[in-house]
Amino acid sequence: MIKRSKLRIFRNIGHRFTKRIWRLGAGARLFWLTLISSGESFRRPRLVVREVYFTGVMSLIIIIVSAFFVGMVLALQGYNTLQKYGSSEAIGVLVALALVRELGPVVTALLFAGRAGTAITAEIGLMKATEQLSAMEMMAVSPIARVIAPRFWAGVIAMPVLAALFSMVGILGGYLVAVPLIGVDAGAFWSQMQANVDWRLDIVNGVIKSLVFGVACTMIALFEGYDAPPTAEGVSSATTRTVVTSSLVVLGLDFVLTSFMISI
Amino acid sequence: MERTTIDLWVGIFVALGVAALLGLAMKVGNLTTSNIGPTYTVTANFENIGGLKPRAPVKSAGVVVGRVSDIIFDPATFEAVVSLNVDKRYNFPKDTFANIYTAGLLGEQYIGLEAGGDEVMLKSGDKITQTQDAVVLEKMISQFLYNKASEAPKEETVAAPASTKSEGDALGSNPLDDMTKPVAP
Amino acid sequence: MTQNIVEIDNLSFGYKGRMLHQGINMVFPRGKVVAIMGGSGSGKTTLLRLIGGQIKPNKGEVRVDGQVVHKQSRDGMYQLRRKMGMLFQHGALFTDLSVYENVAFPMREHTDLPESMIHDLVLLKLHAVGLRGAHRLMPAELSGGMQKRVSLARAIALDPDIILYDEPFAGLDPISMGVICDLIRTLNDALGATSIIVTHDVQETFSFADYIYFVANGVVAAEGTPDDLRKSSLPFVHQFVYGEKDGPVPFHYAAGDYKQDLLGVEDGKRPENKRRAA
Repeated sequence: MIKRSKLRIFRNIGHRFTKRIWRLGAGARLFWLTLISSGESFRRPRLVVREVYFTGVMSLIIIIVSAFFVGMVLALQGYNTLQKYGSSEAIGVLVALALVRELGPVVTALLFAGRAGTAITAEIGLMKATEQLSAMEMMAVSPIARVIAPRFWAGVIAMPVLAALFSMVGILGGYLVAVPLIGVDAGAFWSQMQANVDWRLDIVNGVIKSLVFGVACTMIALFEGYDAPPTAEGVSSATTRTVVTSSLVVLGLDFVLTSFMISI
Repeated sequence: MERTTIDLWVGIFVALGVAALLGLAMKVGNLTTSNIGPTYTVTANFENIGGLKPRAPVKSAGVVVGRVSDIIFDPATFEAVVSLNVDKRYNFPKDTFANIYTAGLLGEQYIGLEAGGDEVMLKSGDKITQTQDAVVLEKMISQFLYNKASEAPKEETVAAPASTKSEGDALGSNPLDDMTKPVAP
Repeated sequence: MTQNIVEIDNLSFGYKGRMLHQGINMVFPRGKVVAIMGGSGSGKTTLLRLIGGQIKPNKGEVRVDGQVVHKQSRDGMYQLRRKMGMLFQHGALFTDLSVYENVAFPMREHTDLPESMIHDLVLLKLHAVGLRGAHRLMPAELSGGMQKRVSLARAIALDPDIILYDEPFAGLDPISMGVICDLIRTLNDALGATSIIVTHDVQETFSFADYIYFVANGVVAAEGTPDDLRKSSLPFVHQFVYGEKDGPVPFHYAAGDYKQDLLGVEDGKRPENKRRAA
């Protein structure tokens, strides 16, 4: 009996491993199908515009409010440390670099996964559960071209926009704390920032990051929805998986991208 | 939801995004200062460039007038050859002085140009002959300690307050002073 | 042009060793209303999916208009599907689109008709199912029966040759059932289409179908016109048509000895499957 149960542990590990690999393959396949079925999205941009509304515009509030608070906290914390070294004017640089390089893309992606990603997964999962995707197939309309691809491109468009907004609003939040509240000189705040934030190395790299995160988060959300078992339970666990997987993938990708960008 | 409402909101959304990116580029980043238009290139030789990096700013009177484009080592003279891209709008006399300064105590290093009095201007491909090397912290500290050591026997008998005063005097003539003076504008 | 628009030839299908169908043969003549009947879980809906090409058979083939469905390329499959309209069990209306847009959906996807013509066609189709007045509503605002009628209007939007119905009567009140029965027959005859109905509602189906197949244990157990089947002496058909509780289809799912199962627990030796669950 003991021997059998020990073997079962290995069987479980093997099963989980092959399942993960299978899902990775299925996800990659969906990604590929989405890319080759994207013609429809570009011929009918209205489909994408509609989804940009649901993924992007609907995430505006949470992004702006979070960014504002993150910026203010950064300024408070930064000032606390910087003033010990007598360089509190550098607070603008600190806030801007932290936001543009890391927090903008990463926090936006995490919030995006929670707000828009879950909505996408639940919507696609429900469309599958209520046979709407089957109905589309029976009407000779490809669900990948008509449902998946427009949402994918909408996510890819919305993510950099949201990340740029996050960075900008965060910097404004930092400015509000640093200048009127703490009393750092406004000129020093902006000029130090401009002297030390590089367009190519910092801002463009941040945009590249947010683009990559946009592809990853949207694709994960779409795949989880498309792959969800067509039951209430299946859709709800798929929604949870969207958040968990997206968050881990975003943080992992962030490390990989940053190490590439810094070595260049 | 009405189509036009969606269109309107998406339009606002994208416009906000573009505005944010423009704001980042203009207000936060140095896109405006790094693209300094057409430039001409001059070179300058230094015995020691310290921590100077390519793309470091070239400033004159505190204003960014160009960037370091390239740094190579000349095996014939054992010196560093630094190429500077200077904005075409600014002309400098032939006897301009090039110094390597540090922004703040621990900040990045940059090149400061101090205009001379020559009537002939620098042209593309010219070489700045008058240069001053980067201040290397270790060198300076050892020099400072050496000075202290040589002064020490004299001051051993003097009372403590006097000692600090003369230390201040010693600092005044010390190269450390250079490091604290040129703070980034 | 063959006489039968859909032919199912020696079809076998199953998942992971468990065969659902074992050599099914059916023909669906043009212009007829044909029902496929059978108990729950006998693979009726799967047959519709096989006809629609959403799954591939393990053996045998389905021919639509003389073409083998599962051998079609993607484009060929879509060409075939444009000849079909399908009514799903729960309607499968697009919940984010209005009734009007739902019916207009296939037209917008497959034709370049001007908006004015789409408008007329949509209202025409909705009028046929009696819901022209509801075109502004969202699917969530409709009752189950109305949702099915909208779905039917969507299925016939492009005047298909074949209309597939998956459990059209499930979950409907008697009035809605009567309405749907009537619609199936009149639409079939008006469009000159062929209707294939998967259902287990005996009385309604017998009232209007031209021909009926009974599916049981993976094969066609009986077939014939409604009148033939009512008179049938086959025990299975008799049980099904008259809704008797026990008969050839047993009340109990295949199980081990009852006594053994119960007494086994008292001995402290729990059956294998329960131990795993614990």
